[in-house]
Amino acid sequence: MPEHKINPNKWIDLYSDYLFNYTITRVSDREIAQDLVQDTFLAGLKSMKNFKGEASERTWLISILKRKIIDYYRKINSTKGKAEVRINYSTDSESEGDWLEERVADPFDKTAEDTLQNSELGDAIHNCLGKLPQKQADVFKMKTILGYETEVICNELNITASNLWVIIHRARTAMADCLKENWF
Amino acid sequence: MSKFKITIPCDEANHVCDKTQYNNATLWEKIKLNIHLIYCRACRKYTANNSKLTKAIKKSDVECLDKTSKDLMKRDFEKALKEVAN
Repeated sequence: MPEHKINPNKWIDLYSDYLFNYTITRVSDREIAQDLVQDTFLAGLKSMKNFKGEASERTWLISILKRKIIDYYRKINSTKGKAEVRINYSTDSESEGDWLEERVADPFDKTAEDTLQNSELGDAIHNCLGKLPQKQADVFKMKTILGYETEVICNELNITASNLWVIIHRARTAMADCLKENWF
Repeated sequence: MSKFKITIPCDEANHVCDKTQYNNATLWEKIKLNIHLIYCRACRKYTANNSKLTKAIKKSDVECLDKTSKDLMKRDFEKALKEVAN
């Protein structure tokens, strides 16, 4: 008896935002990320019988997504990347040997640690969002992450403004509780 | 007269605090919130946590799909789902 069951009907509601966030920190292009997530769901659907229930659905989908992302980089590398890969970094012998340092140091860029922490924080936020009731999560995402105006959300979801603020309040309290342990 | 009340109850203070997180509160509301925070410890705590949450989300650059693209994704996926079922 497998521990985890598979149920593709709820995949998009449950995991699309998490997968999307995972992808966008790795490919940094919304459209490509969206396509990759879509591909992942379809691939998951096709190989559903290979799901053994040892890991959770989400972990399983992430492992497919990882392969999709690698494939994506392979593809762009084989079509246009070849010339770029073979660039001679420095031909003059004077600066020989320090090309690596030259290319590594970038004081204006975020350090690897910053980025890592940010993407971990992003994962934590999505984990917490996953624990909220569907409606709260939807409203919270639209308001906080997508930055929609109150009226837009009210029209879209057919709720009143005071209703929205109650939902937001509950969601924020739950989110703060959930993130408190590790991140505040 | 009631319009010019300086003190507000906690639930209203929390509501204003939520609004401030999205820059939706008016100046007068913010003043009232701050007066409330002077004497209310519980709301101070709530406000502190609330702004921490806002900062954390801002810092993480967290992204999610908007509704239209999600709906589009759902439609395509349901089509594929039906094909699998058949």
